[in-house]
Amino acid sequence: MASAVASIWQGITYRGKDGHYAWMLHRAGGLGIVLFLFLHILDIFLVGVGEEIFEFFLFIYHSAPAKVFVMALLFGVFFHAFNGVRIILVDFWPEKFSNLKMQRTLFRIVVVMTLLFFIPTAIITVAPIFGVDLALSQLVGG
Amino acid sequence: MRVTLRIKRFNPERDEKQHWEEHEVDVEPNDQLLDALNKVKWYDDGSLTYRRSCAHGVCGSDAMVVNGRNRLACKVLMKDLGKKVTVEPIRGLPVIKDMVVDMEPFFARYRAVKPYLINDNEPPADRERLQSIEDRERFDDTTKCILCACCTTSCPSFWANGEYVGPAAIVQAHRFIFDSRDMAVHERLEIMNDTMGVWRCRTVFNCVECCPREIDITRAIGEVKKAILNGGVGG
Ligand code: HEM
Ligand code: SF4
Ligand code: SF4
Ligand code: FES
Repeated sequence: MASAVASIWQGITYRGKDGHYAWMLHRAGGLGIVLFLFLHILDIFLVGVGEEIFEFFLFIYHSAPAKVFVMALLFGVFFHAFNGVRIILVDFWPEKFSNLKMQRTLFRIVVVMTLLFFIPTAIITVAPIFGVDLALSQLVGG
Repeated sequence: MRVTLRIKRFNPERDEKQHWEEHEVDVEPNDQLLDALNKVKWYDDGSLTYRRSCAHGVCGSDAMVVNGRNRLACKVLMKDLGKKVTVEPIRGLPVIKDMVVDMEPFFARYRAVKPYLINDNEPPADRERLQSIEDRERFDDTTKCILCACCTTSCPSFWANGEYVGPAAIVQAHRFIFDSRDMAVHERLEIMNDTMGVWRCRTVFNCVECCPREIDITRAIGEVKKAILNGGVGG
């Protein structure tokens, strides 16, 4: 455990470049998804326990802090997905993709794709906090 | 120009733990960081301890964390470092004194990959074992390694688990695995396929970013991963 904490600290203080930050975000995103998965299993389980407690969970989900959490999660999911594709390319075709130049290009594509998907969904997610209900928000848990 | 060196110090005879110390030195823009450290050691504080030998990026002894990133002190110029320069020992290996770390765990990983040609066949009587230009080319990149440990000690997987064989040892393994004269391909691939072998690489590229010999390390690791999957180096 102590070594895990030390290595996280080293990860944060080492001045790596894109690959280093991509790795940290990928892991944070992966763990975020796992965390959400557990939460999701729990809330569905609570449907069976009783309507009131489930309603309470929904109430929490609709609160402003939860929406901010969901927004961060969305970023993590999109980054994890697109960066995952980058890692797969690097792993399976090293002779083509595993060099610094290609890695920089791929990383930029990952960032652009992530933002392209993240920005609209983030707006839809947090809009209700400001009293704006974009019609689509029904679909993403508004 | 006048610069401040912020150095992480540790003297086992005096200190309980590491701490920062600052030294101001006058340097020329084209001086190496090693020159600046020498100025501190020779004129300011003789107890400052670091390894160095060739001063020309050949021996691989002066790897350190410079402004947060692994470099050879002799291969980085003061003009590229700014007015305030931080210097720390490389990470993931036990610190002995100041910049000097215990390299034994690193060299143990190196020895583990059998970094020597294995071929029990009789060599031709009248000459050396010949190799085509193409066959020599396959592992040319990985022959350049000077075992400085910049790569391995910049690797998050190595910080998290010091048992990981690490990029430097994989580079060395690659140098022999892809050598057509070597007969121990499968033996080495087995070592690489260990849980502490190539699969711990998370393609972070820190190693490639800091290798002073500009070796495409992650690519070499990728090629070893693929050789394991394909059960050999193939054509
Ligand atoms: C679009 C779908 C996904 C893709 C393309 C993807 C891709 C990847 C890849 C390639 C890795 C290996 C990373 C490496 O070698 O360093 C990985 C790691 C991981 N993934 Fe995913 N993944 C996806 C969805 C998920 C989901 C749904 C979860 C959670 C339930 C998840 C959790 C994780 C975790 C925890 C790791 C380990 C992180 C690490 O080693 O740093 N991923 N993912
Ligand atoms: S691969 Fe590069 S960074 Fe690693 S030990 Fe060899 S020369 Fe140093
Ligand atoms: S590419 Fe692999 S070996 Fe190199 S620093 Fe990253 S994780 Fe470590
Ligand atoms: S002193 Fe030899 S590599 Fe720097």
